[in-house]
Amino acid sequence: MIEVKDVSFTYPNDVEALHGVSLKIQDGEFVAIMGQNGAGKTTLVKHFNGLLKPTKGEVVVDGVNTTKASVATLSRKVGFVFQNPDHQLFCETVKDEIAFALKNFGFKENTIKKRVTWALNLLDLKKYRKTSPFMLSGGERKRVALASVLAWNPKVIILDEPTIGQDQKQKDRLRQFINQLITQGKTVVIVTHDVEFVAECNPKIVLMANGKILAEGSAKQILTNRYLLTQASIVLPQIAQIFTGLADLGLPIDVINVHEAKKVLLDFMEVNS
Amino acid sequence: MAVIETKGLTYTYPSGTKRALEDVSITIERGEFVVLTGPSGCGKTTLCRCFNGLVPHFYGGKLEGDVLVTGLNVHEHSIYELARHVGLVFQNPENQLFALSVEKDVAFGLENLGVPRDEMKKRVDWALQTTDIEDLRERAPHELSGGQQQRVAIASVLAMQPNVMVLDEPTSFLDPLGAQRIFEVINELNKNLGITVVLVEHRLDLAARYADHVIIMDEGRVMLDGKPREIFGLEKTRLMGIGIPKSTRLYQVLEKSGVHLSKVPITSEEATQILKEVLNRD
Amino acid sequence: MSVFEGLRFRRVSSPIHRLDPRVKFFYVCVLFVITIMFGGTINNPELLPLIVLFFIQIPFVLAAGVKREWARSMRGAAFLVAFIFAFNFIFRYIYGNYESFALLLEYSFAMALRFLVLVESFSIFFLTTSPDHLGLALEQTHVPYEFCFAFTTAVRFVPVLAEEAQTIMDAQKARGLELERGNFIKRIKNYIPLLIPLIVNAIRRSLELAEAMESRAWGATEKRTNLYVLTLKNSDYILVVLSVLMLILAVYVRLLPPVPPLTVLLRI
Repeated sequence: MIEVKDVSFTYPNDVEALHGVSLKIQDGEFVAIMGQNGAGKTTLVKHFNGLLKPTKGEVVVDGVNTTKASVATLSRKVGFVFQNPDHQLFCETVKDEIAFALKNFGFKENTIKKRVTWALNLLDLKKYRKTSPFMLSGGERKRVALASVLAWNPKVIILDEPTIGQDQKQKDRLRQFINQLITQGKTVVIVTHDVEFVAECNPKIVLMANGKILAEGSAKQILTNRYLLTQASIVLPQIAQIFTGLADLGLPIDVINVHEAKKVLLDFMEVNS
Repeated sequence: MAVIETKGLTYTYPSGTKRALEDVSITIERGEFVVLTGPSGCGKTTLCRCFNGLVPHFYGGKLEGDVLVTGLNVHEHSIYELARHVGLVFQNPENQLFALSVEKDVAFGLENLGVPRDEMKKRVDWALQTTDIEDLRERAPHELSGGQQQRVAIASVLAMQPNVMVLDEPTSFLDPLGAQRIFEVINELNKNLGITVVLVEHRLDLAARYADHVIIMDEGRVMLDGKPREIFGLEKTRLMGIGIPKSTRLYQVLEKSGVHLSKVPITSEEATQILKEVLNRD
Repeated sequence: MSVFEGLRFRRVSSPIHRLDPRVKFFYVCVLFVITIMFGGTINNPELLPLIVLFFIQIPFVLAAGVKREWARSMRGAAFLVAFIFAFNFIFRYIYGNYESFALLLEYSFAMALRFLVLVESFSIFFLTTSPDHLGLALEQTHVPYEFCFAFTTAVRFVPVLAEEAQTIMDAQKARGLELERGNFIKRIKNYIPLLIPLIVNAIRRSLELAEAMESRAWGATEKRTNLYVLTLKNSDYILVVLSVLMLILAVYVRLLPPVPPLTVLLRI
């Protein structure tokens, strides 16, 4: 469990990025931290693995205060997949890349071999085992970065803006993958401003603006609240926009994805015919 | 009048094993707002670079077929000649701003072209006003947000007064509101100044509403080419992996369940309107 | 790296900031030459002129409103200054060829102060000259445009690269990389996961930049025009005259009978 207790954070250049943020993330939860660029989302999640330490307040991960543990120790439990895979790829082969963290964490040779193979299979990268990561396409490099984090099997996985530059197929695959992780009991935290993606995933949402948490709630509650979303400078998902427009006909407004929309509309039409 | 025309355009990168573009034949009319989309690796980025000569002059490789841009044959004209007619705005805002102030960046292209200082000042002022960034004139690019940086990039291209503006996924790094603002700026350039726009985008939820011509590519080929409503409504489009607007998806799903709507919606406003018609009917 | 802090341009407007960078550079060069002219020898140190040179520049610092940054660069240079002092003092002391202890002290101070005066003048120059003015000055002194462009672009990307370096460090730390751990060799190896992404990304970035440059008609004509132009104003001419006068005065003083050491003047 991750507990954020009244955390404020100011960068060295005197920019206050977080003001009095409090949050609890339970084991096995799927949470989306949303807000516009500059709202403080990435700053917040960097506290979860100790990359940033609060200027005020404290962050406790599985009972350990983050100021009392190194980033390496915390990362063992909290895996962070950065937005740009090119900020971490440096090895000669994909398998070395995936093994890197395992070596750092002190895994034994046998375990490393097994884990690397497992991660490669999980993300459909087996054929690139001996390929240089620099030769792969953008989407493939993202998968290598993800594989290299999953390899050490952290309890919590943080994905920072995983949908940027991705096409629909890649997003669908990502969504399925996240569901897989959740069923395996992992805690998944995604930082994103992609409302359409979130509307299809249905996580718990933490909405941020200007370094504060505006609201927490289910996807249905938050993504249909026009007032809240305007404050956070986020756009409503298209389906929610449609149903806001249909509210005066007596239709519910908390509909965010196509599947549900169809059901609601068909039911409505049956009732009224 | 066609402002961009390609016939049988085929291209392979120097180090490429397979063709990046295969027999691409498209026509873009003056003043159109074209949305070019397709799955990752379909060749849309390569195609953009054919329009201003980066392919083949910067990248090398083998370019076959005709590419005519504002009447100029790309094979026969250098990139700097084509730059007067076609502007290209790239995905990463940070990597297309060189100078230490916004106004110097906007002037960059004009300086390269040797435009006299008085004329340059006028054009810089005009470009800053048109993209609504006059108040950012003296700022350094590093201090700006991604959305502001992209507007500077657009202004820098605009200052060169091209007939065509090509934008390669310009909103990738922006949040939805920032993306919307950029699309609005581009739309104004298209509607008010008559600049032909070719926009490469994945985010059709936000961009589809502006298009009057849609081109869909896959594996280096043009798969679909026509009006937005026709193309987005096709099952084939969705199955290719294109992220059609959710309003259009809802339409498809309802059609399958026997509910007939009067037209194919691509925005939520349209969907709301036509759904109201159907629901009030009952 | 606070000595570098003192060299970073601050966006403040002052009469000093508005001076033409070429003129400022001329002034700094003159100061450089004068500083080198004085210092003396082990048995005849010339601390006094150096003290004068140090204080002559203070009005510039005040007029430019860059007190804090200037003080920071002075502090940053303090280590090297102390080192120069200690080196000269200890070396000469051990070597034993000095006439009196007081003279030895004065000489060591003089050597250290000379360095400080140089840092001071360059610091003032860089603090009051924006990088784009510098680039412009280079252009107008007919340095080939490619170099001017490379200079301003490099300066423009320094903060970007610094941020990227930090992100890369964070990303690798989050994969268990511990920079502080291990013996000397291991610590050097630890930098590979930082350097390679940095270099690869820098190369990618240059490619994107090149595309953008080409797309904006780079190389269209030899006769590039410029949005800005540097013109010399009255204040610039005044500084030029002042610099020349200083140089003449310094040469005159140099040619006069040798400057007495401070110790002699104070009868130590």
